Amino acid sequence: MFSALRRIGAILLKEFIQMRRDRLTFGMMILVPVIQLTLFGFAINSDPRHLPTLLYLEDDSTVVRSLTAGLQTSSYFDIKGRVFSAAEATEKLQSGDAAFVVTVPAGFTRAFLRGDRPQILIEADASDPSAASNAVGMISQIAQSALKQDLKGPWAGLQQTPPPVDIVIHRMYNPEGISQYNIVPGLLGVILTMTMIMITSIAMTRETERGNMENLLAMPARPWEVMVGKIVPYVGVGLIQTAIVLVAAVWLFQVPFVGDPWLLALGVGLFIIANLAVGFTFSTIARSQMQAMQMTFFFFLPSMLLSGFMFPFRGMPDWAQMIGQIFPLTHFLRIVRGVMLKGADWQAMWPNIWPILIFIVVAAAVAMLRYRSTLD
Amino acid sequence: MPQAQDTAIDVRGLTKRFGDRVAVDHVDITMPRGQVWGFLGPNGSGKTTTIRMLCGLLRADEGSGTCLGYDIIRQSRQIKRDVGYMTQKFSYWEDLTIRENLEFVANLYGIPKRKTVVDRTLEDLGLTSRQKQLAGTLSGGWKQRLALAACTLHSPKMLMLDEPTAGVDPQARRDFWDQIHRLSSQGLTVLVSTHYMDEAERCDQIVYIAYGKLMTQGRVDDIITQSGLYTFIAEGAGVRDLMERLRGKPGAEHVAYFGNALHVSGSDLSALQSLIAAEGRAPGVAWRQERPNLEDVFIHLMGKSGGGQ
Repeated sequence: MFSALRRIGAILLKEFIQMRRDRLTFGMMILVPVIQLTLFGFAINSDPRHLPTLLYLEDDSTVVRSLTAGLQTSSYFDIKGRVFSAAEATEKLQSGDAAFVVTVPAGFTRAFLRGDRPQILIEADASDPSAASNAVGMISQIAQSALKQDLKGPWAGLQQTPPPVDIVIHRMYNPEGISQYNIVPGLLGVILTMTMIMITSIAMTRETERGNMENLLAMPARPWEVMVGKIVPYVGVGLIQTAIVLVAAVWLFQVPFVGDPWLLALGVGLFIIANLAVGFTFSTIARSQMQAMQMTFFFFLPSMLLSGFMFPFRGMPDWAQMIGQIFPLTHFLRIVRGVMLKGADWQAMWPNIWPILIFIVVAAAVAMLRYRSTLD
Repeated sequence: MPQAQDTAIDVRGLTKRFGDRVAVDHVDITMPRGQVWGFLGPNGSGKTTTIRMLCGLLRADEGSGTCLGYDIIRQSRQIKRDVGYMTQKFSYWEDLTIRENLEFVANLYGIPKRKTVVDRTLEDLGLTSRQKQLAGTLSGGWKQRLALAACTLHSPKMLMLDEPTAGVDPQARRDFWDQIHRLSSQGLTVLVSTHYMDEAERCDQIVYIAYGKLMTQGRVDDIITQSGLYTFIAEGAGVRDLMERLRGKPGAEHVAYFGNALHVSGSDLSALQSLIAAEGRAPGVAWRQERPNLEDVFIHLMGKSGGGQ
């Protein structure tokens, strides 16, 4: 009995020593709960508020101002300014600058005071149904209670039901609120992030682990030749994965594809390169395939949680949004959803293309600085 | 000083540090072309590090010099083109076939008439029928032959072999050395590190490194002569008891077994003789003096270098 305890003790001690030596694993054990707690506890919010809202006002009066003030104070809508044409409104929704456009038509105030129940149009970007639904659900109530204050004196009679305005809601891009429309294109980004980073970092680290790297370095190949030669095959892999996901999205899940395929191709290409650059950088740091896996996971976890894939991006506090902006996945999700669901054009997508370009330049620079053509 | 075209390696003050540890400490080597030189020394003595610095895999922290006439710091690309380097551990791709490995190497060096060269190499190796076998499934001896073929595929001017025969059976070891001498007779310069004394004796010259420092270099005979060492050998039934009695006594600088013979060496002949007269008597033990062998000299050198860290 005692000797069994002694042997268990010996193994226990050995495990503790090894655990302490493997700093990356040790770091993960400490950091993963901290990151998860921070993200889920503080950053993630499934009831997003302060959504950017633009006004298209063809009529302006005390009544309209009461209405907009009511929207603002509800904390769901954050009035960012005005647009001056229906085309401009569409453009802002496509680019993602606005989540809502509230249109008050000409003659609204007069019709309202006559008790004609005039219409207000609210166009909502419903490409992410969960981000828009709460605000949309609240809007009638907010409008009615805001307008009530103006219905005093001679107009007090309008306070009765039916409500004094007719609110028309257009759920743009995804009128039925089908969550697959949002998730399936997003999955493309998640799948590419996971596999591209993991495959490159592991493929490179495997060569170091098996000693092939020493052999390769003893041959006259330049660092950039090795890097290009190793990355290009995986670009092909990424493109095949993209084709599979897109075919499934369109045929299996009936996700609409209304935009320019070439714009999406550009986005996919850049996104794949960005992830491969990350994978290559990891492979210059990791000493074993196991470490490469751990680093992939470290990058993948916050990418997925902070990019707007799982939870509405706009629901997160500013600091989390700022971190989220770093990840290429955040921008890629906007591109793939923008192109497929909204038919966004080059101009609308440029604000999401350049951050990926910058990411590629930085990641490739780090990779090249870290990559050694010697064994030092 | 020999002319650059006769010199394969000419380095001065070669030094490499890893953190606080000095792996190679101011090593000078001048090696003529066309010879076979052996690199000897205990484990961790800096043999591999020195070879890696010479062929451009590691950057020397101090020192300068040339390898095949190219600057070892600035022209490592040219050196890599003209040197065939065989790593200590098999480092070709185990998940590629024998043929694919050779074709990859041929492609990377831009060898003309690639297919013919690979075909001929496979034939020389006797691996034509197994060319589609994965390299990882080869036995140790075959892996080593494949590695030698692969690192000579681009017709290098110099070979650097890092413990090529470690873990290889005696017959394969002999075949390997016959191959090295064949290559050398074709004009190739060969630098080979080893732990085996019989291999060291097949080298034109040897360089002995211990704990980063170059201890001695020269022909085997010269090294033995220059050591100034005297060796007495005891054989017989009672020899096992003698080791403890002789070790650490004045005159006996080294006491070591070779097979079942006890070698006692020292540089002071009279002290050694009187020690053996006093302490060396045991039943059935016969003493004789012999010329020290290379290993006696190396054990002596290792002791002189102060042991490992």
